[in-house]
Amino acid sequence: MIIRKSPPEIERMARAGRVVADTLALIGEHVRPGVTTAELDAVAEEHITEQGGYPTFKGYRGYPAATCISPNDMVVHGIPGPYELADGDILSVDIGVTLDGFVGDSSFTFAVGEISADAERLLETGQAALAAGVEQCRPGNRLSDISHAIQAATESAGFSVVRSLVGHGVGRAMHEDPQIPNYGEPGRGPLLAEGMTFAIEPMINAGGPEIYVHDDEWSISTADGSLSAHFEHTVAITAGGPRILTAAPVLLR
Amino acid sequence: MAVKEEKIEVEGEVVEALPSTMFRIQVDGGHEVLATISGKMRKHYIRILPGDRVKVELSAYDLTRGRITYRYR
Repeated sequence: MIIRKSPPEIERMARAGRVVADTLALIGEHVRPGVTTAELDAVAEEHITEQGGYPTFKGYRGYPAATCISPNDMVVHGIPGPYELADGDILSVDIGVTLDGFVGDSSFTFAVGEISADAERLLETGQAALAAGVEQCRPGNRLSDISHAIQAATESAGFSVVRSLVGHGVGRAMHEDPQIPNYGEPGRGPLLAEGMTFAIEPMINAGGPEIYVHDDEWSISTADGSLSAHFEHTVAITAGGPRILTAAPVLLR
Repeated sequence: MAVKEEKIEVEGEVVEALPSTMFRIQVDGGHEVLATISGKMRKHYIRILPGDRVKVELSAYDLTRGRITYRYR
């Protein structure tokens, strides 16, 4: 059942969302060749706790870190560690913050140094796909309108949509109903209504959609080794349309 | 953090091998499914042939498409 939040509850989610957005922007400032993913995770965790929040991912189903950091062909759920960023890498960073009982969840794929034109196009398409999905978050639309918009934006650029991972409702818990796939025919699924809060997160691959899980039972990479991008926002559906609760304070790259 | 999509596990028999490592499978419930091989099976070079009995994961969003996750002996 999709839990709808009252306006005061959405404000509380917006506060959590702001911490997520600020943390992502802070990470963006630290992304450069030579930095390790563990260092980035430490920066994020410190900032989140300074703001009075808790890093939602830490301890979630046994996840060991505050953030998920996934370079290049890794799609999501990369565990921060000794990996050193290299010039030309793309780096997906996923952050969750629990503040005042509510969760904010957002992701961004950064460019490390100078990246290839194809990688640049992948990142632009990922952001466009997220924007297209967010645009569908209006009362009266159906859930799969979001999914279809993301798929159309991704595939028209020649990239593929990861099918086995989905977006999700979010609120007091990180994962709530509904599951929000990033592909599908429009006009299906529940009717969207005011007060619903979703984590919309397209994951797109330069090659094929197939993925596999690493032996650490968390990190997930593309089966064909192609690059993968991940962008995510927590969005509240209001009478006037979508309200992004994790909007970046500065332009991220 | 992304969530793995809800999947329904079924068993069936491989009817036909199609191009691009796709397979047509007759699921025990009666209906036919178009399936691909899971990444883990590809990684270990496990082959699938018509007549094999397999476990298939179906997407909750499209019950005619699936992913072969296990091949029985």
